[in-house]
Amino acid sequence: MMNEEKEEITEETQPLVLEKLREKFSDALLDDAETQNGVSVVVNKENSYALLEYLKTELAYSFLVDVTAVDNSQLESELMQYDYARFMVVYQLYTFEGETSRIRVKVPVHEKDLKIQSVTELWKAANWLERETYDMFGIDFEGHPDLRRILMPDDFEGHPLRKDYPLQGRGERERFNFEKQNR
Amino acid sequence: MQGGMERTTGEKMVLNFGPQHPATHGTLRIVLELDGETILKATPHAGYLHTGFEKLGEHLDYNQYIVVTDRMNYLSPLSNNFGYVLAVEQLLGIEVPERCQYIRVLMAELSRLADHLLWLGTAALDLGAFSVFLYSFREREKLYSIFEKTTGARLTTSYTRVGGVFRDLYDGFENDARDFITNFPKALKETHTLLTRNRIWMDRTKGVGAISPEDAINYGLTGPNLRATGVAHDLRKAEPYSSYEKFQFDVPVGTNGDVYDRYLVRMEEMIQSCGIVRQALDNLPEGPFSLEDNKVMMPDKSDAYGHIEGLIHHFKIVMDGHGVQPPQGDHYCATESPNGELGFYIVSDGSGTGYRIRIRPPSFFHFQSLPHMLEGGMVSDTVAVLGSLNVIAGELDR
Repeated sequence: MMNEEKEEITEETQPLVLEKLREKFSDALLDDAETQNGVSVVVNKENSYALLEYLKTELAYSFLVDVTAVDNSQLESELMQYDYARFMVVYQLYTFEGETSRIRVKVPVHEKDLKIQSVTELWKAANWLERETYDMFGIDFEGHPDLRRILMPDDFEGHPLRKDYPLQGRGERERFNFEKQNR
Repeated sequence: MQGGMERTTGEKMVLNFGPQHPATHGTLRIVLELDGETILKATPHAGYLHTGFEKLGEHLDYNQYIVVTDRMNYLSPLSNNFGYVLAVEQLLGIEVPERCQYIRVLMAELSRLADHLLWLGTAALDLGAFSVFLYSFREREKLYSIFEKTTGARLTTSYTRVGGVFRDLYDGFENDARDFITNFPKALKETHTLLTRNRIWMDRTKGVGAISPEDAINYGLTGPNLRATGVAHDLRKAEPYSSYEKFQFDVPVGTNGDVYDRYLVRMEEMIQSCGIVRQALDNLPEGPFSLEDNKVMMPDKSDAYGHIEGLIHHFKIVMDGHGVQPPQGDHYCATESPNGELGFYIVSDGSGTGYRIRIRPPSFFHFQSLPHMLEGGMVSDTVAVLGSLNVIAGELDR
């Protein structure tokens, strides 16, 4: 009896959005948590688009704040938790209505299969954000209309924000034509 | 579509605009496909000022990274300093003393004024209004001397620290700031008389580069550019941070989301910022200007040189691997910078260096939406629209 009561209390204090997501995506959610300014959920790759679409259309998370990725290869605890998925694609959403204004959606992506469905259909803002994530991490957004590099030059090799990419580069500066001419 | 059949030649011309064009304010590049003077397609290119700030964040400790934030939006470095340390502090779970919060609000609002003033001057200059440029730079200079006296630098301010600011306001600060906010509204009126009802200015800006509120949200616009479309969204009101809930101010909004409305919104925001500065000066709390916890903040120099305990604290903060170490986890924190939502997403692995520091720059989204505003318009409007968005290459490319 005591246990049941306790459970009820925790259910009530939880943000509504978390409850709804748990109900609808019970199998796909790998983890969820409350953060200082909202909630954070981890969802598997197969259901990430459906979850983001649901958040946008049903729960009024109409504002895509950010899309980025984290290379977890040196973060052992995260690796262990998500089946050694090297990358975590991170979406930040915002709503103008409702109590929980911010939600963070994280999607583990394995290095051997870097494909993930693009959300450019849902938000135009995603276009450049996904291009940048591709440029910096090499995440392959399927269905993106124009997946090119954005910050690095088109002929650049490698993805600079990966943890195995050295801070001072791989000799790009030495190979730069301008420097050769002036030698 | 503007421009009827009589304006078209049937032949496409490609015009490369930038990256070294005086009206691009930095290294922005747009490739325009024109038919006569009508823009058929605009393709913005980013990356000419890419500096690897996010990569640097993985190699510098939390306090060292503050100097990098100076260089992101170089028109309002104090706002960047503020936004960044706020994110680290929230990750650490600490709150700075009230006086420090007020000092940060003061500096953030003054830098908003400086940012909007530079925007005003250059946007008007692009459309040929040279006197406005001189008027706004005259005012901006006063602000920069206040920044210089407070932080010791005009551009590379690095004023904040995790846990506070590196020194208190100088003695004459209140006089200088009051002097500025008393005289500034009068000075701004000069600009109003030059531009607001000016036939040429209105013709060049009204209905130009308009965007609907739905599209603006879809494109991720924030700040004055979003508010010009009529969405009253301001993070200072929506998620008050650093005591903003104690200040009274209005959030000006436009109706058409065009260049003219962006101009009006920024003009009014400057007046509102003056009001916030006045309130902050009136109610500036006494007390410590930084957290008095030497595990986070550097001890006073006399303490570091005079006492073994101070020396140890100094050593612990400065030495690699001993400084500020947030617990493992991640946090996203956004502040209302002059340009819009400036967010920092920090992932910590528990060490003194960030595991991943992601910056969400407002300009990135504004520059992306440029084709939407340009296509179908005239080529001469490119400068007006680009100027009105205030895209800063430093934070666009990071």
